[in-house]
Amino acid sequence: MDPKVILSLENITKKYPGVLALNQVSMDFLEGEVHALLGENGAGKSTLIKAVAGAIDIDSGIIKINGQEYHKITPSLSRSLGVEVIYQEFNLVPALSVAENIYLCEKNENSILFNAKEVEKKAAKVLEQFDVKIDAHSMVQDLSIADQQIVEIAKAVSKKVKILIMDEPSAPLSVSEVEMMFKIIKRLKNNGVTVIYISHRLEEVFRISDRVSVMRDGCYVTTKNTKETNRQELINLMVGRELKESYPARKNPPGEIALEARNLTGNGDRNISFSVRKGEILGISGLVGAGRTELAQLLFGAAKMEQGELLIKGIPVKIKSPSDAIRHRIGLLTEDRKGQGLFLEMAVKWNIVFPIVKQISKYGVVNTRKEEEIARHFKERINIKTPSLLQQVINLSGGNQQKVVLAKSLAAESDILIFDEPTRGIDVGAKQEIYHLMTELADNGIAILMISSDMEELLGMSDRIIVMCEGELAGEVQKAQFNQNYILDLASGIH
Amino acid sequence: MTNHRPEFINNLGPRILAVMKKNVPFLILLFLLLLFSFIAPNFMTFGNLRTLIRQISFSGISAVGLMFVMISGGIDLSIGSQVVFSNVLLAIMMVDWKLDPALAIPLILLVGTILGAVNGYLTISLKIHPLIITLGTSQIFKGIGYIINRSRNIMGFPDSFRWFGQGYVWGIPVPVIIMIVVALIGSFILTRTYFGRKVFALGGNEEAARLAGVRINSMKVILFMICGFITSITTVLLLSRVFTGQTITGQGLEFDCLTAALLGGVSFKGGEGTIFGLIVGIIIIGVLNNAMQLASFPDFSQTVVKGTVLLIAVAFDVYQKSRKSKETIAKVAA
Repeated sequence: MDPKVILSLENITKKYPGVLALNQVSMDFLEGEVHALLGENGAGKSTLIKAVAGAIDIDSGIIKINGQEYHKITPSLSRSLGVEVIYQEFNLVPALSVAENIYLCEKNENSILFNAKEVEKKAAKVLEQFDVKIDAHSMVQDLSIADQQIVEIAKAVSKKVKILIMDEPSAPLSVSEVEMMFKIIKRLKNNGVTVIYISHRLEEVFRISDRVSVMRDGCYVTTKNTKETNRQELINLMVGRELKESYPARKNPPGEIALEARNLTGNGDRNISFSVRKGEILGISGLVGAGRTELAQLLFGAAKMEQGELLIKGIPVKIKSPSDAIRHRIGLLTEDRKGQGLFLEMAVKWNIVFPIVKQISKYGVVNTRKEEEIARHFKERINIKTPSLLQQVINLSGGNQQKVVLAKSLAAESDILIFDEPTRGIDVGAKQEIYHLMTELADNGIAILMISSDMEELLGMSDRIIVMCEGELAGEVQKAQFNQNYILDLASGIH
Repeated sequence: MTNHRPEFINNLGPRILAVMKKNVPFLILLFLLLLFSFIAPNFMTFGNLRTLIRQISFSGISAVGLMFVMISGGIDLSIGSQVVFSNVLLAIMMVDWKLDPALAIPLILLVGTILGAVNGYLTISLKIHPLIITLGTSQIFKGIGYIINRSRNIMGFPDSFRWFGQGYVWGIPVPVIIMIVVALIGSFILTRTYFGRKVFALGGNEEAARLAGVRINSMKVILFMICGFITSITTVLLLSRVFTGQTITGQGLEFDCLTAALLGGVSFKGGEGTIFGLIVGIIIIGVLNNAMQLASFPDFSQTVVKGTVLLIAVAFDVYQKSRKSKETIAKVAA
């Protein structure tokens, strides 16, 4: 017997001023399947989710849920039909408890009062299914990102979810946490829940999904059984052309030591020693919360160093603030590019030259011709796709925003670049470009530290990997010894 | 599509609408000018317009200072009280201490800058939003003003002091000229200089600014000092205009400045604002004040109108923001 179609989209079209976000999209989702949705940024995945969740009104087309036809869906209707969405940005109230968050909008028929004890009991029961150690009584703001993700899932499950849509759920999670999430997804699937899973990470798609649909430029491309397809085919479908996914080869071997850290302590990290050479890419692995971003902040002077020594080209330096770091030609590309890297409302060129605006000023007045020149140079060199240098950065795609961040560091002529999760949330095409740029930079003698939770990327790009665990250095792995399981063991503190 | 008209004619409607949307404050101003020239016969006379622009020049000058702080994401509610305090102090300097204006004026500019530094220093050391800090200091400044004034009307200034608030150059009131100069310099600093970039960066994204090497704390203090300095220029002009040292001068000034800034598109959240918009905002406030006086509105009704305008200005700011973010969501989602 064929499984039942639970959600069916017929010719969904949605126009935004200037763009056709969804163009006659038709797709079926089966009961109890994990259905991956793939596509580059701007392919229309998010719009499609919002259409199903009722967050936007579609211009034309029919959405069939459980056999019932709808032309217009509101958020509350979608909820009542058992559709739940976990967006990239969590919808949790940080100052409320886990239980209160799970039952935030639930009405109690017997009483107008919120019965905290009863709700906590109910929440604990929901959480039990996931066999995790989350106390229903604790505040959401005290939880790790991974636990918050689980609370989001618990929230959906508590509402008798039939269709669970997850938008890039693994992005904030470390490898072992992703494993746990997969277990939860499998359990939901066995209970007959349909999971629509959106991710840029193809390996996850292959591990978890039954079927996979590809979208491109607002159009539906095709649906495949996951078992009957392969990586290369999916990538080609996504970008619409042949695209070799590979890690570019490096031309030059690493040179002398560019940066050496001795017993760095502070910002939650203890006793960290390592060195990175010119033209070397040093990968930094570890679980979320292992202190990798904290290490980057220490190196960049964004957090206080309590003890330890930093040497640049063998000479001890004191880095007490980001401006010290910039002066010593260290660049940091933060993990949270919107929150920490970019001035979203400002123009592309404004952002690119900001770190060096002092150097291109005379008597304090900015030389706008030079500004234009520099911005144009980097726009072309790293291929930032923007209609104009005056475009506000907020209007660029994730990949292009990341390139603006990169352009900033390049404009500052950094010798040492720290990349914190350089390809998070970026589509396949832009990822490749970032990899090529990093390789080119290393070939030109720049020392690169790369923090990443994407194991494949770490193994593919790094010359050497150091692994962190709970604020300490757990080990160092040479390229010849690269092995995913060994690194994972180090990261989990097994060795 | 059965529409065969050329593309640009089809686009004309939306394009005009887009231009109008960008210049809403300016359109409001035109509308008010037209309205009052019809309903208030004395409004569109040379004499009245000259009075009007002199009236606005006082708040216009300190609004430029406020704008520096607001673009960086802060706010200064103590402007009016700074004037109350400095005004009395300046009067005391010249009358009680018999200081020459040539010495007293630079001194009071220094005092104003120090008041700003106090605001800035408290903001960074207590790590509290400047809204609260300056609400507190405004009471303190005002209170000290009352204390040193000892309920007097301080009079008897040298005649040479009269020129700043009451003089003319080529028929233009001196305060107006000073306002224009301050606005031009302010605009130049904000748009063309390295320092101006840092102000926008601070208001646009404080954390990104910090990581880009901007010294956040010293910037904040400097900006409050600039605001205090510019406000003390207003102090000098106001005292010279009124020619009596009294605690009433300057009270509520921050309200007009804030409303004007918001009307003119200076964002409450920082990172946005132009001098042109600010001046338009200031003129709107001036026109309203002036017309209400001409129409002899009772004082209390004027207060109601002004409060309403402030709320409309804030609503407009929020609306613009949400419209923008909606457009952005549309683009990102697509």
